[in-house]
Amino acid sequence: MLEIKNLHARVEGKEILKGVDLTIRDGEIHALMGTNGAGKSTLSNVIVGNPKYEVTEGSITFNGKDLLAMTPEQRSHEGVFMSFQLPVEIPGVSMTNFMRAAVNARREALGQEPLKSTDFLKLMRDTQKLVDIDKKLVSRSVNEGFSGGEKKRNEIFQMAMLQPTFCILDETDSGLDVDALRVVAEGFNRLRTTQTSALVITHYQRLLDYIRPDFIHVLLEGRIVKTAGAELAKEIEDRGFDWIKE
Amino acid sequence: MSENKNAYVREVANEQYKYGFTTDIHTEIIEKGLNEDVVRLISQKKGEPDWLLDFRLNAFRHWTSMEQPNWGHLILPEIDYQAISYYADPTSKSKSDDGKPKEIDPELIKTFDKLGIPLEERMALSGTAVDAVMDSVSLKTTHSKALEEKGIIFCSISEAVKRFPELVRQYLGSVVPYRDNYFAALNSAVFSDGSFVYIPKNTRCPMELSTYFRINARNIGQFERTLIVCDDNSYVSYLEGCTAPMRDENQLHAAIVEIVVMENAEVKYSTVQNWYPGDSEGKGGVLNLVTKRGHLRGNNSKLSWTQVETGSAITWKYPSCVLSGDNSQAEFYSVAVTNNFQQADTGTKMIHIGKNTKSTIISKGISAGRSQNSYRGLVKIGAKAEGARNYSSCDSLLLGSSCGAHTFPYIDCHNNSAIVEHEATTSKISEDQLFYCNQRGIPTEEAVGLIVNGYAKDVINKLPMEFAVEAQKLLSVSLEGSVG
Repeated sequence: MLEIKNLHARVEGKEILKGVDLTIRDGEIHALMGTNGAGKSTLSNVIVGNPKYEVTEGSITFNGKDLLAMTPEQRSHEGVFMSFQLPVEIPGVSMTNFMRAAVNARREALGQEPLKSTDFLKLMRDTQKLVDIDKKLVSRSVNEGFSGGEKKRNEIFQMAMLQPTFCILDETDSGLDVDALRVVAEGFNRLRTTQTSALVITHYQRLLDYIRPDFIHVLLEGRIVKTAGAELAKEIEDRGFDWIKE
Repeated sequence: MSENKNAYVREVANEQYKYGFTTDIHTEIIEKGLNEDVVRLISQKKGEPDWLLDFRLNAFRHWTSMEQPNWGHLILPEIDYQAISYYADPTSKSKSDDGKPKEIDPELIKTFDKLGIPLEERMALSGTAVDAVMDSVSLKTTHSKALEEKGIIFCSISEAVKRFPELVRQYLGSVVPYRDNYFAALNSAVFSDGSFVYIPKNTRCPMELSTYFRINARNIGQFERTLIVCDDNSYVSYLEGCTAPMRDENQLHAAIVEIVVMENAEVKYSTVQNWYPGDSEGKGGVLNLVTKRGHLRGNNSKLSWTQVETGSAITWKYPSCVLSGDNSQAEFYSVAVTNNFQQADTGTKMIHIGKNTKSTIISKGISAGRSQNSYRGLVKIGAKAEGARNYSSCDSLLLGSSCGAHTFPYIDCHNNSAIVEHEATTSKISEDQLFYCNQRGIPTEEAVGLIVNGYAKDVINKLPMEFAVEAQKLLSVSLEGSVG
């Protein structure tokens, strides 16, 4: 369970989050919508511990542990995963070496032996099939020369490899055509267990057609101003955000 | 977050150079200072023939007429050549007639064990023959008997002078004449030990040959001299490794490596240079002033230099190739890492003389801390080098904002049919890349190692397997703590 209480955060000296409260229980999918600059990406970056963002007040606990006291890698080892809005390219580092480092760092943190090479490569192959990613992508350098769609698909592949219990999808739908969107969303749905919870950040209704949220929150000017069921997305699609402000 | 990083930096600073120990061993060191008598004394200690003494004296006289070069992008400290001792022998207690120690002192065996180089024959690394050199003397060459059965000569240069004087005389100074440059003249006057390799015709050397250089004694200069001759239709792969104790004062290492490659022959020369780089304040460290050159004499000959340079306070080194034989091919692959106050000015020279000669230069510089890292390269195409080709690629990676990366490429082309290409890039490890790795559970220091190794992979892949693994670890250790 993820619990955010009275969260205030700054980036480059500017206060963006002004008291966010949010509780996500195991197995729940929460969607976060809002205008540009409302603080959606700030919230997701603060949860995963991006050092560019500074928390000035409030708390985040994950399964009872103080998330804000942990390094980004410790949060990852606890099962927190973010699918990046703009996944970065790391030239020269093969996906295989990258994933091996990630999988084994987590195993080490959990007190497990590193995976044997043969077991690791089998896991890579099985996961490729599961999320239907081209094996050519997996044999290249991390995100290097990938199209927008390929990068997003690669994020879902990494999610499948690491099997997180809480996932943030930060505008995973941006830059995707309808077919790519469906493939990515279906990949995510296949990976979900009854325990997996998620925070889905999006501007559009269409992603939520594939990933059905239990709750929708509207974030405006650094605060959650409205929470409702899945039907809210349709209303926002039709009417925009202005009516909520009033 | 930043507190964690600081703790990590401290931890790394404390264990950074794990080869910094000293060996407490009785070492015969000659008086400091350099003059003709010292040159004669060195020659006498090694029991050398007159021609070699003359070679040394000529070199010494020439050296006294020269001045230390200052064209490198380096701040070279004033070297007091009279404050250095030019010969240090850690085996002086137990010599037999041929100059090799009868029994190696257990302390020395322990030293090399600690460096991962077992010297006892039954424990020696399989698949690799090793010549172990400490200070001015070769301690032992493993597997040399087995190699001699195939006609391959692999021994210290001192031993070669005694046992194969004609071969040594024929080739010594033929690739790097003593007049070549200031440090080459100095080395030719006072060189102590190094390796000699001769691969006879039609022979593929069945194992890797390797020399491990260790500086131990204080205030001595090490003047390595290595000579490799690979005759027609033959092949050899040679590795060189280097370490030194941590000392507050600079130590001088001025080496010459000469390689002769005959018709259809191929030589691969790999270096993992990990001399003590000085402390984080820039105090101490080895001055690595080296002349390495190969002569591709025969048609269809091949030579490749691969170097991973992580150590030394100062590196001044340009492993070069003279491509005389038609269709000869030369390669230079380099990763040079500088951290803290290290300075490196390194690169290569490709001199195309024969027809259809081809050279490739792949250079990767990685700078961190307050270091300066320069690539300097010359591609020269002679008038008769019809159809010559060169491809050069020089990349620089910066970690942090207080370091410098520089590229000085020179192209000198005298033949219209030649094709010469040069590419260069400069990049930085970004915070976004590190955070992406962190989010996937990879700690920062491991992420830097991953990214740097990815960057250097084209070069690392050229190293023999065991060396490649060692080099990967070395790259990570040299740079850990340099980001953040």
